[in-house]
Amino acid sequence: MKLRALWAAGMTAGMLITSYSPVFAESAVRIGMTAADIPRTLGQPDQGFEGNRFTGNTMYDGLTQWDLSSADKASVVIPSLATEWKVSDADKTKWIFKLRPGVKFHDGSDFNADAVVWNVEKVLKQDALQFDASQVGVTASRMPSLRSAKKIDDMTVELTTAAPEALLPINLTNLFMASPTQWKKLYDAVPANVADTKERAKQAWDAFTRSASGTGPWKMDKFVPRERLEMVKNAGYWDAKRVPKVDRLVVLPMPEANARTAALLAGQVDWIENPAPDALPQIKQRGFVVYQNEQPHVWPWQFSRIEGSPWNDIRVRKAANLCIDRDAMKDGLLGGLMASATGTFEPGHPWRGSPKFQIKYDPDAARKLMTEAGFSATKKLKVKTQTSASGSGQMLPLPMNEFVQQSLAECFFDVELDVIEWNTLFTNWRKGAKDESARGAHATNVTYAAMDPFFAMIRFLDSKMAPPVSNNWGFINEPEYDALVAKVRVAFDPAERDKALAALHERSVDEAAFLYVAHDVGPRAMSAKIKNFVQPKSWFVDFSTMTMN
Amino acid sequence: MIFYVLKRLVLVIPVVLAVAVVCFLLVHITPGDPLVAVLPPDASAELAAQLRKAYGFDRPLPVQFGLWVWKALHGDLGTSIATGRAVLDEVSRAVGNTVTLAIFAAMLGFVSGGTFGFLAGYFRDRWIDRAVTTIAIAGVSMPHYWLGMVLVIVFSVMLGWLPAVGAGPGGWAWDWAHFRHMILPAVTMSVIPMGIVTRTVRALVGDLLSQEFVLALRAKGLSEQRIFVHVVKNTAPTAIAVMGLQLGYLLGGSILIETVFSWPGTGFLLNSAIFQRDLPLLQGTILVLALFFVVLNLLVDVVQAAIDPRIKRS
Repeated sequence: MKLRALWAAGMTAGMLITSYSPVFAESAVRIGMTAADIPRTLGQPDQGFEGNRFTGNTMYDGLTQWDLSSADKASVVIPSLATEWKVSDADKTKWIFKLRPGVKFHDGSDFNADAVVWNVEKVLKQDALQFDASQVGVTASRMPSLRSAKKIDDMTVELTTAAPEALLPINLTNLFMASPTQWKKLYDAVPANVADTKERAKQAWDAFTRSASGTGPWKMDKFVPRERLEMVKNAGYWDAKRVPKVDRLVVLPMPEANARTAALLAGQVDWIENPAPDALPQIKQRGFVVYQNEQPHVWPWQFSRIEGSPWNDIRVRKAANLCIDRDAMKDGLLGGLMASATGTFEPGHPWRGSPKFQIKYDPDAARKLMTEAGFSATKKLKVKTQTSASGSGQMLPLPMNEFVQQSLAECFFDVELDVIEWNTLFTNWRKGAKDESARGAHATNVTYAAMDPFFAMIRFLDSKMAPPVSNNWGFINEPEYDALVAKVRVAFDPAERDKALAALHERSVDEAAFLYVAHDVGPRAMSAKIKNFVQPKSWFVDFSTMTMN
Repeated sequence: MIFYVLKRLVLVIPVVLAVAVVCFLLVHITPGDPLVAVLPPDASAELAAQLRKAYGFDRPLPVQFGLWVWKALHGDLGTSIATGRAVLDEVSRAVGNTVTLAIFAAMLGFVSGGTFGFLAGYFRDRWIDRAVTTIAIAGVSMPHYWLGMVLVIVFSVMLGWLPAVGAGPGGWAWDWAHFRHMILPAVTMSVIPMGIVTRTVRALVGDLLSQEFVLALRAKGLSEQRIFVHVVKNTAPTAIAVMGLQLGYLLGGSILIETVFSWPGTGFLLNSAIFQRDLPLLQGTILVLALFFVVLNLLVDVVQAAIDPRIKRS
């Protein structure tokens, strides 16, 4: 009797358990990223634009943002937490930004002018309580002209630049708004025995990384350093169109390409960044979808223009640009994972302009130019280029450079490659071609992001940006570039600014300022269950639009 | 015995100091800017100087070293430049993951290596010996990162039995969800110690069985089980020394295996610190790993001395 009762109770319990089904199933997308650690979560991410992609644009907003809604159009700057802005007529160093009303941080506090001032001062005002040196490097260098912020009223701020700077609204995509209320709460929670205010602020920021609060479409839910970041959708996000359609976003660091690919194929993640190129056929064969699009990224040779450099002759620069069969590199070497570069910006981009010099593969024209410059098959031009064996954004630097070396050999160049460690090459970039770290190289092969006009062109072409100021590694010193840059900086009307930038780009292509080789295409492979994903022409993507079947 | 342990402890102090000096200098003499993780190359010279001062890199190297040692003695290994997190927290978390993996791998490697070694030693020049020797040679010769990839392809991608990467759903816990993540990296890591222990034990057992005292034990009429116990006791000191070193290597973490499996241990941490030029993190991790070796060697010495009094006397 007892056994029967026990059996009946067990069966009942079993039926209850097996018949239970949750009211709703949470949808989640798990992403294997290329970084070895979760980018910093406190508002100003490290790890370059991959950092901004995963822990910047997800949990935070800036005053302005990139439009990521289209795969076809160039990504341009649009309003975000600021609804409109204009430079002061009386003083071109002062900008007035009108803020979006009704926006709340994840902790429930209001976003307003005080929050903007607080966030500007966290990286620019050294005596501010919330000043954090660790956030300065990755932020201040991306908005080099911003000096201060002042509250006009609750929904209006005035930003001041060091000199007239038309590019400020673009720069501000890099300043993310963290919650001052949340930070103050964490600051107050620091044990009272920590008396030093700087140490208290440091500990508050450390705590903020684990209890982040921004205004973005995703809210932090779980954070395990070096292992995972889990974010849940912010159902109350201010932009109804960008309220996430997926409930949870899980980000996992997987720096090794084969490990990422295996994790995708094993179903451990739903999406991987940069799959191993040789695994693409298998990935596609197993039903995964591969997305790619031209990124604002350039894989170049940056020429030395110091006295005695062979690249001072425009015929030589043009010849090199005409001697590379970029399509062969794309299809033969990179399995389609690149876009041919014919400048920093490609046709369709508002800053492209209409260069007269057409960069294409024309070895006969290249040899003709080299002959005019005094070189031949028996009298080759010796050039030396520094590169690395690996590195962020470098794609496949050695095979690609060897491809360039072999191509240029057909046009009377004798290329010597000087391969050095990536971080060293990157550090040397700032020292310039005259420095002994260049070891007599005539060019350097450091790839760069071209989201922002300053990073895409100005820092390379403006003579004032020569080392040690910035990255004009080759000491380009041409009055025409300087004049065009000066025009850009005061072109406050967006249409005028785009026109000025297009003129600068046109000139740089006509002058064959660089050897333009490739653009990265940001490949990512994902489960076919993920729908409505758009891969824009950007380093960033909008995770809000995707759905998970 | 206490005097012996104290003497060994005193000898550890200069070793630890030397380790600290070498690890500090090695990290600082490598080219490149230590602020590369937080200071883009387009940052202004003024900003670079400001940050260099904030992180203390503007001070002379001996001053930086003195401060680092002083703080380390007080349990503060500094702050990671890249993450802003305390190095001690970073290293502790990574060490926890690596130790968990290393102990599991060591258990697999030592148990299988010991068993194989005894079998091969007892059945010398028979087919068992040849089979075991082949396995042992394969174990020490095979690139373990390659083996890791093969295991992932077979057990994760093709069969779907085990996860390919990671340490489980955030933070270690002793449950199946986490444990299953450890199986493939642990098996991969265990292969080399298995091979080394097998070869060592095989050689020791073969050598011992041919010695006269074993003949004398047999002549006295001792059972094979009792003789086996004598063989084990005589094999133990050398085998333990080898296992101690192997455990040291395992505890040091493997950059390759931890990267292949995205296992958040010390190897993974070192790899990240190297690529980000994160000097405080690099110094702290190397120091902790080096101290591991020092402490482990000390423990092995003490255990050896406890087992074999001849070592203590010498």
